[in-house]
Amino acid sequence: MKEGWEAVIGLEVHAQLRTESKIFCGCSTAFGDEPNANTCPVCLGLPGALPVLNRRVVEYAAQAALALGLRINTESIFSRKNYFYPDLPKGYQISQYDRPFSEHGAVEAPTTERDEAGHPQEWRLKHFGITRAHIEEDAGKSVHDIGDPGKSYVNLNRSGTPLLEIVSEPDFRSSWEAYDYVGFLRRTLQYIGVCDGNMEEGSLRCDANVSVRRTGAEKFGTKAEIKNLNSLRFLQRAIDYEIDRQIALIEAGGEVVQETRLWNEREAKTYSMRSKEDAHDYRYFPEPDLPPLEVAAEWVETVRAGLPELPEARRRRFIGEYGLSVDDAFTLTGQRELADYYEAVVKASGNSRAAANWVLSELLRELKSGGIDITGSKVRAEHLGALIKLIEDSTISGKIAKDVFADMVATGKAPEEIVREKGLVQITDLGAIEKIVAEVIAANPKQLEAYRAGKTALLGFFVGQVMKASGGKANPQAVNEILKAHLEAEGR
Amino acid sequence: MPITQTEVEKIAELANLELTPEEKDSFSLQLAAIIDYIDQLNEVDTSQTKAWQQRSAGDAIISAVTRNDDAAPSLGAERALENAPDPDEGHFRVPRVIGG
Repeated sequence: MKEGWEAVIGLEVHAQLRTESKIFCGCSTAFGDEPNANTCPVCLGLPGALPVLNRRVVEYAAQAALALGLRINTESIFSRKNYFYPDLPKGYQISQYDRPFSEHGAVEAPTTERDEAGHPQEWRLKHFGITRAHIEEDAGKSVHDIGDPGKSYVNLNRSGTPLLEIVSEPDFRSSWEAYDYVGFLRRTLQYIGVCDGNMEEGSLRCDANVSVRRTGAEKFGTKAEIKNLNSLRFLQRAIDYEIDRQIALIEAGGEVVQETRLWNEREAKTYSMRSKEDAHDYRYFPEPDLPPLEVAAEWVETVRAGLPELPEARRRRFIGEYGLSVDDAFTLTGQRELADYYEAVVKASGNSRAAANWVLSELLRELKSGGIDITGSKVRAEHLGALIKLIEDSTISGKIAKDVFADMVATGKAPEEIVREKGLVQITDLGAIEKIVAEVIAANPKQLEAYRAGKTALLGFFVGQVMKASGGKANPQAVNEILKAHLEAEGR
Repeated sequence: MPITQTEVEKIAELANLELTPEEKDSFSLQLAAIIDYIDQLNEVDTSQTKAWQQRSAGDAIISAVTRNDDAAPSLGAERALENAPDPDEGHFRVPRVIGG
């Protein structure tokens, strides 16, 4: 950011709650179905249709609120937010206004600035306040790229999909802080299973309120709201663009206008929506078709007790308990199933470092190349743990273990079975190794001479030959020692 | 309470209505009368009154009426679009709007 300036950013995140049916009717929430197929009088806004609240929405909202440190109000009220838009069939959105579902939350999220190439600088934990999280329904979708270019097309399948709107305090000072916070929210919501976090499909959407002020100034500048941010990268880039735009505008003697802007990724610019801002009078009033939402305090405690360990807590535990680096712990706790898998490998192997190495390098590489995630892995955690044990007790060498692992990936078999079938048990019988060493030395007189003349780097060559002769099964440490002894003893 | 011409115009705009000058005059009087009527409610002390008096009993979790998260059959696209004035390509077709 330009010297002498500070950005102030607040974020509104809309998270689609992962229910089977919509918030106020039984229509399916499936993504990608035939347009307008999943609609009924309630979500079409037909006269006389009445909403009935989906209780799972309340359960999911409660889990999310507690995971984000929010206080759940024992009574919250649904309100109508009135505005005209073709994708809003009732002419109002059922939302919550002056008495939201939950308030006064905060998270401690890891964040870092990045260099030009996007590489993290120094991770630190930052406190981000969350003003409120309330329950509301989604609108339909306007489509502009089919049929008549002079028209818009409305698909109401999304109308009435349950959302949790999570409103932050203006606690962000850079685009990367916003990026890390939204990523943190997304991981958390995915972790507890209330939102699939798919930004491309719109399951998680983000609006950013951006303003700038001179460093040291107390008063906030005029903010612009950027909408249409459907990826973390867009969010980050749009905020950076908007910060630069506002600073340039003010330095040129202009003034920031309070308005809604859209991010255009292709042109890497934000655009004014040029809507009449004075028309943004939503005339909220209590929804007469829905009673206040009352939640018993004991029930809230039941929900709290049922929450899994959250990713940030788990990450810290992985660092403390398993001696992992911050980065490794970060990757391993990024997905709940992956973290569970890792812990199962630790349990089966008794070696947390080796478990981390195998999962992070070998397993994740295999999964990535196969285009699957951990839940589709053929290699069971207990099997990977057993493989690590086989290396530790010298049954097989690390090199053979990689071959065994490749077989495990392909077949899903237990490592012991593969080792037995293929006769891969490591040769630890010193006599057998000595025999191979003697043969290898005898077969390579030139190299032997060179070694004796001082080219001790040839040890690697001899090790390689012995390993090859043993089919990779000789214990490398024993090979090293025996070879050295032979090469040097015979030289004298 | 009198309702000014400007207020009538703003309400009309928010409701997407175009009013003639005569309508603005008559609505300004009518709206004022309606609000006066409703204002009588202010004479009642509602500080102890709940926003919603009717409750469904015996539910420890949520007192409001709720439904289970079970997907039920929908109308389907064909029926949903049956009364649409200008359907096309399985969608409601409307004058072009920009943005979201």
